[in-house]
Amino acid sequence: MKALKHFLMSPAAMLGLVLLVVIVGLALFADVLYPRDPLGLAGRPLQWPNPAGRFLLGTDASGRDIAAQIAHGARTTLLMGIVSTLIAIAIGIVIGALAGFYGGLTDDVLMRLTEAFQTLPNFILLLVLVVVVGSNMTAVTIAIGVVSWPAVARLTRAEFLTLRNREFVQACRTLGLTNRWIIFREVLPNALAPIIVYGSVVMATAILLESALAFLDLSDPNIASWGNLIGQGRKVLRSEWYVSAIPGVAILLTILSVSLVGQGLNDALNPRLRNR
Amino acid sequence: MSAPAMNPLVRIEDLSIALPRGADRPFAVEKLSLTLNAGEIVCVVGESGSGKSMTASALMGLLPPSLPVRSGRIVLGERDIVRLSEDELRAIRGPEIGMIFQEPMTALNPLRTAGDQIAEMFRAHTDLPRAEIEARALKLLDEVGIPEPASAYRAYPHELSGGQRQRVMIAMALALEPKILIADEPTTALDVTIQAQILELIRDIQRRTGMAVLFITHDFGVVAEIADRVMVMQHGKVVESGSAQAVLHDPQHPYTKALIAAVPSLTPPPPRTLPDQTIATVRELSKTYRTGGGWFGRKQRVTYAVKSARISLPSQATLGIVGESGSGKSTLARCIVRLLDPDSGAIELGGVDFGGLAGEALRRQRHLVQMVFQDPYASLNPRRSVGDLVTQGLIARGTKRAAAMARAKELFALVGLDPAATDRLPHEFSGGQRQRIGLARALALEPKVLVADEAVSALDVSVQAQVLKLLVELRDKLSLSMIFITHDLRVAAQICDRIAIMQRGEVVEHGVTADIFAAPQHPYTQKLLSAVPGRAN
Repeated sequence: MKALKHFLMSPAAMLGLVLLVVIVGLALFADVLYPRDPLGLAGRPLQWPNPAGRFLLGTDASGRDIAAQIAHGARTTLLMGIVSTLIAIAIGIVIGALAGFYGGLTDDVLMRLTEAFQTLPNFILLLVLVVVVGSNMTAVTIAIGVVSWPAVARLTRAEFLTLRNREFVQACRTLGLTNRWIIFREVLPNALAPIIVYGSVVMATAILLESALAFLDLSDPNIASWGNLIGQGRKVLRSEWYVSAIPGVAILLTILSVSLVGQGLNDALNPRLRNR
Repeated sequence: MSAPAMNPLVRIEDLSIALPRGADRPFAVEKLSLTLNAGEIVCVVGESGSGKSMTASALMGLLPPSLPVRSGRIVLGERDIVRLSEDELRAIRGPEIGMIFQEPMTALNPLRTAGDQIAEMFRAHTDLPRAEIEARALKLLDEVGIPEPASAYRAYPHELSGGQRQRVMIAMALALEPKILIADEPTTALDVTIQAQILELIRDIQRRTGMAVLFITHDFGVVAEIADRVMVMQHGKVVESGSAQAVLHDPQHPYTKALIAAVPSLTPPPPRTLPDQTIATVRELSKTYRTGGGWFGRKQRVTYAVKSARISLPSQATLGIVGESGSGKSTLARCIVRLLDPDSGAIELGGVDFGGLAGEALRRQRHLVQMVFQDPYASLNPRRSVGDLVTQGLIARGTKRAAAMARAKELFALVGLDPAATDRLPHEFSGGQRQRIGLARALALEPKVLVADEAVSALDVSVQAQVLKLLVELRDKLSLSMIFITHDLRVAAQICDRIAIMQRGEVVEHGVTADIFAAPQHPYTQKLLSAVPGRAN
């Protein structure tokens, strides 16, 4: 409760939270605000944003409503970000927990595997995966999750290394608890705070990765997403720059809000930093 | 002792230090007055949280900003330390007041040599030439009794033993010949034999230089060894002060009386009659640690933590394993509960070859022996309710949750805790209460043998006395057989039927407590017994 209070007292964290709530709200109410298909033809192409006209944020090169795409794209972006983050965290926690808890050979094998993933730039790895398995949204989401776990695994391992020799873990062993119980019910809850905080970084990166894919026309073209919109705008960047700029700002704000919330969580959950 | 010439060096007058809002009391130190005269050692005694260390910090001007001085003065010569600026304070620290801390490992910089750190005192406060500084630092190392001062000068803190590090700290504090030395629990982290040497050293230097020493401690044994005057603190207030003789032998305040009564006596009670059975035997147990040793011919370092240890525990008896740090007593305990795998040897527990078990079979038999850990804070998972902590072993063995919780409530009552408190989290309990929770957790599985690893060492003396009393009660009520690991001979004398003395991994003496205390055979046992502080009182 003290952590929650501390979180609510921090202006930066609150700004992030408010931004995030607005973006989530936009995603939730996209169907109410823009009931028509966001990818359907709405009007004359390349109309400049005009708060007084029919299109608040203008139209893109194919005559689709940018505001509608932003609202529906928020849904895609957030869902993709959250799901791929969960995938990355799940893989990272299992690998990091096993490596950190057992040590020895298990640790060596799992950490060499992690390093193998880390030495490849993860965007290149992502490109390869998407080229191989295809570029529908499910595949892209899973692929982003699969390339983002190594840092989570390292963090989890580090936490487990310090926790596994604590007296309370030894006490659990003398009580005859199984390793699975000790790992997931005793050690993991104590290791979770920094992992959750790091989740915000993973999510921000995931959103950027998806936008980058879309910019290269490698993301799912049949779903409204911010990345696709940026990709659309690329062709008219010099005359109608707003087509790329508007989703760019949306991505910027989303990542900013996620990072601010993550930083706020970090400060609130880490009591040593509190009185800095 | 002849009364020292009354030459007040520093006067603390009505000092009050505020605690932050929301603390359990408004002041860390309240209306404290103290005069420190040249040539005397004043001991400030109290339990944790009594404000004794705050007093020392205030004297050095080292109080954190969250604990401001509310009223009072600290008069040193013409100046009031409370009102000095940071620059003026820097001129006082070192040349006028020196300080030594409890933990010499963390108080020394691990990246610089001992000699360099002593020399820094001269570099910071004087304009002496390099060679002169080096000569003085060497002379200081010699004065504090470090063997081979020249090699100690070039040694890094980790290359020195705990006692040697504390000597380096003392050399640093004495470098500029301060008139006042503040010693904040300087021997608490040290073994008794080393503690005796350091106390001797401080006493000796104090006589030679005639400085005043303010000695902070929680240990009445140390007070008896070193103090001229004593000041007893409780909850930030001075409850009693006077000459060491008067306070130790004729305490007036009930708190002082309780504190002194809580110090266990060195004379063991008469031996109990015990059943003839043996519940646990350890035969030729060895454990070796190997560190280093790479592919490139670096030499492996081999430490024999436990060497062919043999002990036996009679049924319903308490066996004390006594030794200093590094003697292997904790390693032995951890081998017996199988937190460590011994390299060789046999452990037999109630007819089961416990040392030969492995994997799943071991996990199923772990209930045979349970452990109470040293650290009341680290040994309880901070994120689980204390009820969960006590029941989890039972649940893992197949007891239904409701039945396990009912048992936990019984155990809570047994160890003297409120049975309704099972849904609270560990941080809501005090240190002594946490050790009771750890005890309830260990008893939940009805072990044949209970191993207590320094289970009372982290507790204040009055709390320690309560927990020891509880252990004795439980031992009698539940017919417990116990292995009690401790470095404290006083505690061992009171609670153990048998003791085994360990030195460098070997059991050097093993027998009935009363016999060993009356007539120790092994020279090391004799040395240990003679080093216990305050044994004359």
